[in-house]
Amino acid sequence: MATQVVENPASSNGTAAPDAVVVRFAGDSGDGMQLTGGQFTLSSALTGNDFATFPDFPAEIRAPQGTLFGVSAFQINFGSREINTAGDAPDVLVAMNPAALKVNVQALKPGGLIIADTGEFTQRNLDKAKYATSPIDDGSLAKWDVLAFDISALTVEAVKGFGLGTKDALRCKNMWTLGLALWMFDRDRQPLIDWLNAKFKSKPDLAAANIAALNAGHAYGETAELSGPLKRLHIDPVPAAPGLYRTITGAEAVSLGLVAGAQLAGLHMFFGGYPITPASSILHYLVKMKEFGVTTFQAEDEIAAICASIGASYAGQLGVTSSSGPGIALKGEAMGLAVMTEMPLVIVNSQRGGPSTGLPTKTEQSDLYQAVYGRNGDAPIPVISASSPSDAFEVAIEACRIAVQYMTPVILLTDGYIANAAEPWKVPDPASFTPFKVGFLTEKNDGENLLPYKRDANGKRPWIKPGTPGLMHRIGGIEKKEGSGAIDYSPENHQAMTDARKAKIDGIAVPDQEVSLGETTGRLAVVGWGSTFGPIRRAVDNARKRGLAVSHIHVRHIWPLPKNLGTLLAGFDKVLMPEMNTGQFKTVLRDQLLIGAESLTKTSGQPFQIAELDAAIAKFFDGVPDNEGGVVEANLQQLPTPESGYDDGSLKTGGDAQ
Amino acid sequence: MNDMTPITTTLKDWETDQEVRWCPGCGDYAILKAVQRTLPQLGADPANTVFVSGIGCSSRFPYYIESYGFHTIHGRAPAFATGIKLANPALDVWLVTGDGDGLSIGGNHLMHVLRRNVNLQIMLFNNEIYGLTKGQFSPTSRIDTRSPSTPLGSVDRPANPCAFALGAGARFVARGFDVSKNLPDVLKAAHAHQGAAFIEIFQNCVVYNKDVFDAFAQPKGADDRQLWLEHGAPMLFGSEKTGGIKGLKLDPENLSLTVVDVADGDWQAAGVLVHNAKNRMLAHLLVEMPFGPFPMALGVIYDDPAPTYEAAVADEIARATAGKDTSLARLLAKGQTWTVEADGGHPA
Repeated sequence: MATQVVENPASSNGTAAPDAVVVRFAGDSGDGMQLTGGQFTLSSALTGNDFATFPDFPAEIRAPQGTLFGVSAFQINFGSREINTAGDAPDVLVAMNPAALKVNVQALKPGGLIIADTGEFTQRNLDKAKYATSPIDDGSLAKWDVLAFDISALTVEAVKGFGLGTKDALRCKNMWTLGLALWMFDRDRQPLIDWLNAKFKSKPDLAAANIAALNAGHAYGETAELSGPLKRLHIDPVPAAPGLYRTITGAEAVSLGLVAGAQLAGLHMFFGGYPITPASSILHYLVKMKEFGVTTFQAEDEIAAICASIGASYAGQLGVTSSSGPGIALKGEAMGLAVMTEMPLVIVNSQRGGPSTGLPTKTEQSDLYQAVYGRNGDAPIPVISASSPSDAFEVAIEACRIAVQYMTPVILLTDGYIANAAEPWKVPDPASFTPFKVGFLTEKNDGENLLPYKRDANGKRPWIKPGTPGLMHRIGGIEKKEGSGAIDYSPENHQAMTDARKAKIDGIAVPDQEVSLGETTGRLAVVGWGSTFGPIRRAVDNARKRGLAVSHIHVRHIWPLPKNLGTLLAGFDKVLMPEMNTGQFKTVLRDQLLIGAESLTKTSGQPFQIAELDAAIAKFFDGVPDNEGGVVEANLQQLPTPESGYDDGSLKTGGDAQ
Repeated sequence: MNDMTPITTTLKDWETDQEVRWCPGCGDYAILKAVQRTLPQLGADPANTVFVSGIGCSSRFPYYIESYGFHTIHGRAPAFATGIKLANPALDVWLVTGDGDGLSIGGNHLMHVLRRNVNLQIMLFNNEIYGLTKGQFSPTSRIDTRSPSTPLGSVDRPANPCAFALGAGARFVARGFDVSKNLPDVLKAAHAHQGAAFIEIFQNCVVYNKDVFDAFAQPKGADDRQLWLEHGAPMLFGSEKTGGIKGLKLDPENLSLTVVDVADGDWQAAGVLVHNAKNRMLAHLLVEMPFGPFPMALGVIYDDPAPTYEAAVADEIARATAGKDTSLARLLAKGQTWTVEADGGHPA
């Protein structure tokens, strides 16, 4: 959700269409499902729906065709109301082959619609998907509506005039399917046609073939005499605040926020990165922003990426580095140097499933301990988190602000879900941002002497660029004397400097914690951080509609915590903390606030479902009238199960998405 | 180096108020003095000069030079220096590292700073031992080096720093040693080179690896064991007083160098090669010459500039920026957008 939904919306035109629909496109990783989903998302945006998406793709770049572990899926939840998550369970599943069906069908709502390409349901593909018999014919899909027809053949037929080989012709299948989806949801095809023409500018034949496939899919919906399950639905636009909108993913939002933050600080930005899933997209976005004062550096490793960024900060730019858990681990020592030398730096962690290589393409929030505690010595670093793709923009600006206003490294936590998920975003007016221009020290700050570690009221030391006449000095990782920064190992000095570094971070001005949804007191506070925002908000909203005294509190500032957080939480009988880890933020809150927070944890590599949270919240209201939440069963098939063969360990080829 | 207006300084101007804390007799003192003596001759400006180091005895160097200094973490100085040069190419950056810092924990970064050709000077103090951690063998220690971590003698084959640098694509490779009177000239040549200039400086660790370079570094017999290279000059060494003048000749059959005697100063008749610092193959032969049968090649072994990394990066940014609206408003509204009208209407 990032469409600024207007309250008291004008009533819609009164169709019987649902206010939200969840569609999942699933196919082989080479079938172009992410592209199809992305274009369907854009179409939803242009139609004015609110939406949230969830791309779910394998770690293997090109897993063997037709296999269960090679299935790639893209889910979108779009509607005429505020959308907070990509949806628990799809209403519509598009399955391009048997493996895609097998891996995804259990997630489909009972009564949901399956659209399957029978052209791919060959014996060979059924074998690969470990189907003994074809599910389309054997009655095993009885609880769903099935629309199965030969999309492959129809596509080949549609593009036969364009001189493509069979292989290339079949690659247009995703556009055929998209055409059908556009018909189903009453969408305008023209933006897609424009996009295809632009994409295949140098290959007009391919553009024409893809457009033909798109049109054929659309026409199929229009003209096929289907008395069966295929119905046309029109989802009204969401009533939105006026303004300019675009779609945005978390990775894009972080990139834009960092550039905006650097500009607000009056600095050029230096970005040091090293390829890693799912953080690489930030590097990919930033390399295209060179004209906005950005230098990007793809380093030889994660360590060099952060070290070069610290070097750039030392030389007067705003250093930024980005990675995911394993890479952040490698950067640990350099973060300590940034703490010791008190250098501004932003470190973005796009968290993924861990430990070690873990689940490179799946989401998790399990690097919180690493961010808050994960360095040698007493090395406090402020930590802030993004709760949605659009929130990532503001958080990135905030990270830049803290970094330069306190001369400190800052860790920004996002995750694989936020990085890849897209939502509408109301483009902000840069004039509405408050600048925080950096002032470099240009002359000696203690009469005849230079004191590189002389602190201001915030505990901040001056930023001194090499090249400044008369201010030559030396800094480094060895403990420094208060004020002068000269090497000093003395016990009293180390005590004083450790205290000063801690006090500076503890004293960072953090806005008071607000309640995201609900009252400031009550029976239950559901406290989240990061990408759990959407499902928590939806579940708390559900519970509140049933009259339950529950509030949603979403914490952006993980370290230091908002000063009022303890008092705020004391106003609730119970605190529930859903996290996609084993309870890491809960530990921090218990330690810092001495409260009895309870955990709800999930580490399946998938976001929380609303139903899971509904059930967890309901348990706190046993015996309360209208509390039927406890009977809601979580959709346990959200993650493909091991027996479905999602990853049966038989993978032999394909690159690891390291 | 970088283009700059020469500044008048003296050796004193480059001394800091910090007490130098190397062991008495350490080769680092001589190198420090050589650098402090060289900087005024370069017209260097202390305010525009940055010394960056990693960890180890050598890496304490920045504390003793009155310029900007950054004592970073073990092995990573090249990465910090790269960030500094990209952020401000006008700075004159010197990198100080050692055999452990630069070739063991930091080997990767050293390789890449050379490959990228970042415009700076790299001084690798090679003492063939870990000094600061009390004497363990290092990646340049010779086989059978006895140390606290190799009481029975080391078995690893040592790395050859100059061969490593050439292999990594360095465009300037030179050698000197701590007490050599020629060291300032080598430093000056490195500074004059546009791009990454790699200088291996043999440095005597008097506590843990005393006098291991005496075989060529001690003054007695130096003429016979040191080959000081000069671009355009014949590669001659030795003296009439000892074994006579000798030179290096190419053995084309074996694609290697051989030592030949030069009679009556007629080096041409003896087939002695003229040093060509732009000849990469020759550089490889010179750095691989085994000491003993051959003299130690010293001075500027290779010097063939290529475009620098930071210039290429700056050029790319300039091209990306030329004629563009660089306002934040344009950036934020990039891509496919739609407008929601005030009346709640929703045209695409």
